[in-house]
Order: sequence, then C-alpha cells, then structure tokens
Amino acid sequence: MSHTHDHDHDHHHPAGSAPQRHPFQPDDPPPTGHYQLMAVALRELLIEKGVLGADEIRAQIERMDARGPHLGAKVVAKAWSDPAYKARLLADGPKACAELGIELDGMRLTVVEDKPALHNLIVCTLCSCYPRALLGLPPAWYKSADYRKRAVREPRAVLKEFGTELAATTAVRVHDSTAELRYIVLPLRPAGTEGWSEEKLAGLVTRDTMIGVTLPKAG
Amino acid sequence: MTPAARLSVKRFKPGQAVRVRRAFPPGHIRTPIYIRGAAGVIERDCGDCVNAEERAFARSGLPALPLYRVRFRQQEIWPGYDGPDSDSIEIEIYANWLEPA
Repeated sequence: MSHTHDHDHDHHHPAGSAPQRHPFQPDDPPPTGHYQLMAVALRELLIEKGVLGADEIRAQIERMDARGPHLGAKVVAKAWSDPAYKARLLADGPKACAELGIELDGMRLTVVEDKPALHNLIVCTLCSCYPRALLGLPPAWYKSADYRKRAVREPRAVLKEFGTELAATTAVRVHDSTAELRYIVLPLRPAGTEGWSEEKLAGLVTRDTMIGVTLPKAG
Repeated sequence: MTPAARLSVKRFKPGQAVRVRRAFPPGHIRTPIYIRGAAGVIERDCGDCVNAEERAFARSGLPALPLYRVRFRQQEIWPGYDGPDSDSIEIEIYANWLEPA
C-alpha cells in the first residue's frame, strides 16, 4: 500500500465498500497551500533580487540535512571520557560543542545530566522544540500530541512503553522545553565500557537516549 | 505588558520559592496552562530573553525579560500522580509570569 502523503489517517470506509480496500489516491497532487506558495514566492524573489543564490539555498538545505544524532553522540562520548569536558559541557553547552567543531548557530543548548538516582526526560508540550542543530529532525512520535501530553503527566508509563523501567528509587525529572533553551540528556555511561574509545562509546548513544526515553546499553 | 508592569518585573535567585500567575490572557502564551497557579523553586537564571509572547505578534519583545528554569514537584501538579515524591518537572518561565511565593 503506498501513500503519497506523510500524515497519519484513519481509514474510514463508506458503508458497503470493501473494508480491506484503501481509499483511492488522487492522480494529481492536491493544490499548493497558501504558506507553501508564499515560501516559493519568497525564495524566487530573494533569488531574483540577488539577495541569495539558488545554490546557497541548496547548500543550506544540505547542511541542515547533514545534522543528526551522530553529532550529539560525539558530544556525549567525549563527556563520558573526559571529566573536565563534561564540566564545561554542563556549564556552557554551545561553547563545549564548538570545541568539537559543532556549531549550534545560536541554539541555547542545555545539557541535563543523569545520575544514579535521577533520570531526565525531554518534551515540548507547546509545540515540538527540539535541539535540531545537534540531533537533526525530531522523530514523528516526539511531535505527537500523545507524547507531548503524556510525557509530563505520566512519564513513568511513557518510559515503560519505550522499554525503560526505572526503580522507584530513581527520580524522574521531566524538562518541558517551552521557551528559549533546547535540551539533550547526558545519560549515565553504561557499565562494562571501561577502556572503550570515544568512537566506540559514541556507537551506544542513540537519538532516543539523548531525549531520555531509553538508556544506552553496552551490548 | 504596560510600562508600569515592566518596572515591576522582579529578579529571583536560585532556590527561591515562586508561584506561576494563574492568568489566562489571549495570545501566543509560552507558559503552559497546566503549570499556571503552581508553586515551584527557581532552578537557574537563564539570562534575559526577548519576550517571545510579544515577538509572536511581530512586536520587538523588548525590553528583554529574565527567563528562569523553575522546578515543580509532580505530585503537586497532577492529582493522583503515579510516581514517588522525588519526581519533578522543570519549565522555562518568563519573569512576568512569576511571583514570590
């Protein structure tokens, strides 16, 4: 079954229709919306007036697309390996990222550290604020109304659904990203990783561990 | 915000007890409804930030407002919260939404 659109939808079938049949997709794409048109018009005007070149726009898209969780993983692995770096990262996220050649373009990164009895979880209840400069595009579930509502109200139930069961003695701290700051979690370095290189450690650090819905595991 | 209200914006220190104003103004508000009226503690001062609630309407958002991270106890926020007393939530809140508690 192929979808030409990327939104989720329930399948409602008119009475009498075969329930297994997917609704027909229109042959032509839907008309361009107002904001899409305005974006295209703005881009064309900027190029026409010589403010920007088409190649500059393309290069910026390429730059944005190249960002992903591997950047955050590098930062976390460095913090696990170097206590002095960790202290600098917790004190000033953007500056510590710049040390590794990662420019956050003005994003005010705040790193929250897990402790043996403290687990951190990130959400944005108002929209879907996310540290894109460090983790790339957010996953669809992070933007869903369900996650945004439930992560603040019943974080332990949400964590359990991600396979993360915490001891009752571990406090859960939820961070609602409502204004200017963007967050990543610095998880605990897993046991059994003594002597690992930063590169090997970075392999354990996934997007979800930096949002705080799962814990990194050494094998 | 009126000029008089701007002058009354208070500075808070980490550890200080505060309460979020229980207000429901129209507009693009950055203080989530579930936290309005709640009592918490200042976790850190995030410095002065352009007021996003004003910027949303193409106004300057100046003068910049102090922004704070405030920590709340989950059991105080949600009736019947299913978790230990030590569970917490932290939110960034602009100074104009905070009062000393």
